Amino acid sequence: MPGDQYITAYCIIENNLVTKNGKTIFENRNAGLNEFLESAYHHAAISYPKFYKMDNLSKLGFLSAEYLLRDSFQREKYTESEVSVILSNASSSLDTDLKYQNSIREIPSPALFVYTLPNIVIGEICIRNHFKGENAFFVFKLFDATFIAGYVNDLFRNQGLRACVCGWVELLEENYQAVLYLVEKEPSAWSEIFSAENINKIYPKNNG
Amino acid sequence: MDKLMADLKKQIINQLNLKDLKPEDIGDDQPLFVEGLGLDSIDALELIVLLQQEYKIKLSNAEEGPKVFQSVRTMAEYIKAHQGQTA
Repeated sequence: MPGDQYITAYCIIENNLVTKNGKTIFENRNAGLNEFLESAYHHAAISYPKFYKMDNLSKLGFLSAEYLLRDSFQREKYTESEVSVILSNASSSLDTDLKYQNSIREIPSPALFVYTLPNIVIGEICIRNHFKGENAFFVFKLFDATFIAGYVNDLFRNQGLRACVCGWVELLEENYQAVLYLVEKEPSAWSEIFSAENINKIYPKNNG
Repeated sequence: MDKLMADLKKQIINQLNLKDLKPEDIGDDQPLFVEGLGLDSIDALELIVLLQQEYKIKLSNAEEGPKVFQSVRTMAEYIKAHQGQTA
């Protein structure tokens, strides 16, 4: 069901490619995952040393949010508590859980342990952007546009939300896919009504 | 002592993923936390792991932490004083 909100930007990171609103922003075709994530970080020309300490799921989510919000999000229009982050994926934090399990064989790594929850990626995005609105991380087998549309629209209608970063941030070993949507009350120059149908139109079909 | 401090700087950068830093960026007496390198509580735990992994030293009394991890020099002094005491 169409709502009163709009997708004002979207960002997809997969197959060593970063696209925003359908346009290629960055690619590094032959890199492994770690190298790709670091190269995408350098391309973004951000100085945020904490990036290097994040696990790969958080790096992926952090970068997706950076590219999504850059030149699209006018943060001065909102108070910190009016902006939410609602994410989902299939593998939860399993990538880091396995690495942590390996570290237990010798000395458990505290730096790995703190990333053994999927919602930490939301925390990293919120800390970076000073977002203090409602946040939640859901685990589904496949991306569920109907659920995300229903949940986020409800936050807009009933919780005073005025902007939201939502979508899918999936990563396990070398396989990854991030699809983030910026949802706002006001339409932008490029925008689509925030509905399950339009979310699915943007979501890459070959990976669904 | 100089060699130990030089090694420690490399190990700290590696253990804490401080990829924007080079060993020469860390002063011997520069505070590691707050106004110095800006390390946090998780980094403190990783420094304890570093002592255990690289020098086989267990920090048995947590209250010693702030003194031991004040700077690279205080870490090196602690290592010198405790190496060989704990396996």
